[in-house]
Amino acid sequence: MSGVQLNRVTKDFGPVRVIHGVDLAVEQGEFCVFVGPSGCGKSTLLRMIAGLEETTGGQILIEGQDVTDAEPADRGVAMVFQTYALYPHMTVAQNMGFGLKMNGHPKAEIAAKVAEAARILKLEPLLDRKPAALSGGQRQRVAIGRAIVRGPKVFLFDEPLSNLDAELRVEMRAEIARLHRELGATMIYVTHDQVEAMTMADKIVVLRAGRIEQVGAPMDLYDDPDNRFVAGFIGSPAMNFVKARVQGGQVVSPAFAATLPAASPALTEGRTVEIGLRPDALRLSGDGPFQVELAENLGGTTFAHLRAPSGEKLIVQTGQRLDPAGGGSLGLSFDPADAFFFDAETGQRLR
Amino acid sequence: MELFWLAISTIVIGVFGCVAWFWGSNWVLDRIYPARGPQAGDNIRKANQIRPWLFLGPAILFLTMYLVYPVIDSFWRSLHNANGSRFVGAANYTWLAGDAKFRESMVNNMLWLLVVPALSTLFGLLAAQLTDRLKWGNIGKSLIFMPMAISFVGAGVIWKFIYEYRASGEPQIGLLNWIVTQLGGEPQIWLTIPGWNSFFLMIVLIWIQTGFAMVILSAALRGIPEETIEAAILDGASPLQVFFRIKVPQIMGTIAVVWTTITIVVLKVFDIVFVMTNGQWGTQVLANYMYDWSFRANDAGRGSAIAIVLMLLVTPIMVWNIYNARKEVR
Repeated sequence: MSGVQLNRVTKDFGPVRVIHGVDLAVEQGEFCVFVGPSGCGKSTLLRMIAGLEETTGGQILIEGQDVTDAEPADRGVAMVFQTYALYPHMTVAQNMGFGLKMNGHPKAEIAAKVAEAARILKLEPLLDRKPAALSGGQRQRVAIGRAIVRGPKVFLFDEPLSNLDAELRVEMRAEIARLHRELGATMIYVTHDQVEAMTMADKIVVLRAGRIEQVGAPMDLYDDPDNRFVAGFIGSPAMNFVKARVQGGQVVSPAFAATLPAASPALTEGRTVEIGLRPDALRLSGDGPFQVELAENLGGTTFAHLRAPSGEKLIVQTGQRLDPAGGGSLGLSFDPADAFFFDAETGQRLR
Repeated sequence: MELFWLAISTIVIGVFGCVAWFWGSNWVLDRIYPARGPQAGDNIRKANQIRPWLFLGPAILFLTMYLVYPVIDSFWRSLHNANGSRFVGAANYTWLAGDAKFRESMVNNMLWLLVVPALSTLFGLLAAQLTDRLKWGNIGKSLIFMPMAISFVGAGVIWKFIYEYRASGEPQIGLLNWIVTQLGGEPQIWLTIPGWNSFFLMIVLIWIQTGFAMVILSAALRGIPEETIEAAILDGASPLQVFFRIKVPQIMGTIAVVWTTITIVVLKVFDIVFVMTNGQWGTQVLANYMYDWSFRANDAGRGSAIAIVLMLLVTPIMVWNIYNARKEVR
């Protein structure tokens, strides 16, 4: 049984369609991340699952139950918001217990569940404080606690770490991952940060303009993207793309002196394509035609920003330290097996 | 025409007088403590200490002249006889304590104090919440706010017509009596019904103040973060619970400000009573009673004593109001 299942789900805002028939199955206990650029509809989709947005067409099932038209409170979901959305006039304990109180649970039971959630999240010393007296990280922990207390079938996270500073974000990322292991609940997590997506997800759903571009495990998306968008979105720094053309059974690119064998039958004669190369698949080699525009030395690795003779920009990940100001020119080499090919017009992967 | 020129020249002299004062006084200050030379730093520091007083000075002067002095003078007069010729000590106050009409005014003021701010705030809150959810809500809001633009005297006259009485059998020109007779009832002289007539007067002020409460509370309601409401909906709160447990507590500070602001208006209520009943038939209030003694009976001593009592009642609420309003700003 799926934890959450979406069948041809659509959403219109007036005459504008923002979600175009999404099909998706999230397994029970799975950690699923919706990722995509802003405005891709990932938050809208999450809010539709929560019931905060009406579903225009299609069907939403939670643990096999059709909840398309159910009230948000009857769906068995709990949500953690980017802005925490704590009730400012209530203490931490009251915030966490509010949901149970609204559903008429006895006081003793509420107290027990709040205490349990506080223990899991190490919030015990803060239970009598108001949200205004908490730090950002503590507030988000309380918001997560509020979700845990209700014992939902599905946890929904709407960019929960975006308002935290970088250090806290890493900490909370680990915390949420730990929570998922401990609770074993289905979780859907929206983010635009692909590092969060890569590190936390069992399954990543890449969205663009209200459509699913690809669904898969993080490393599957990295190693085997379906199209140029996913290839460019997953991985940091992003994949390099250079224009090329299939000529005489070879892929010829103005960026590279060498040609690549047209390994796939899809690479038909005369077709214009794009070659995709991960920054870590490229190797610097002595002198060559690639001008170094800038180098970002991070200590362990360096990102070298190069300009090809064709004018295209390439980023290379290397262990070698370079002058941050750039200057000079270098050669590049790579294993042809590491190259991805995409159709220049549709962006589809040519396998 | 002469009046017109007088008005124009008053405005011109006033505006340019202000400009001249602020510009001129600052110019003089900068001459005395120039921001250059060997003592530039010291001069700037001294000038900055004096400068705020140049701006505050006129306001302090006029406030003292028109607010502080009258209060002291009223208090002084309240210790004297009717024409101020003889010092009588607390006699005016002891007289007040035993005066039946004064007690009636106090009771009525307390009733006004309980009913008008409560109902105005309640109706304002409901109007704010409900008009936010309607398509024609903004038109509704304008209509509810409109009475705010009418003076209390005007409102009193309007409502006097609504309560107007004509003998049974004659055509009723008052709206309320017309409705009553249409429903088969007997026309009433509403404003003379003891006990009830005060409430008929209060309705006028509620009618006016609801608009004020609505505008302020509507802004406060819109300031509530949408996510807290969504979180409450997910937590299973019904619309009523969302309103009373999530929205209202978050705007409690604003409600307090609205409530106390209306309370102060209520304590000073004068025009409505003056126009509609002039305090007869048991509707007397403090402000009108003060007017009666000061300007009808020409007894400055007793009138001032009532004024001082009124001021003592308003002051604590005023302080609390300012305290709350400051808290809102922060």
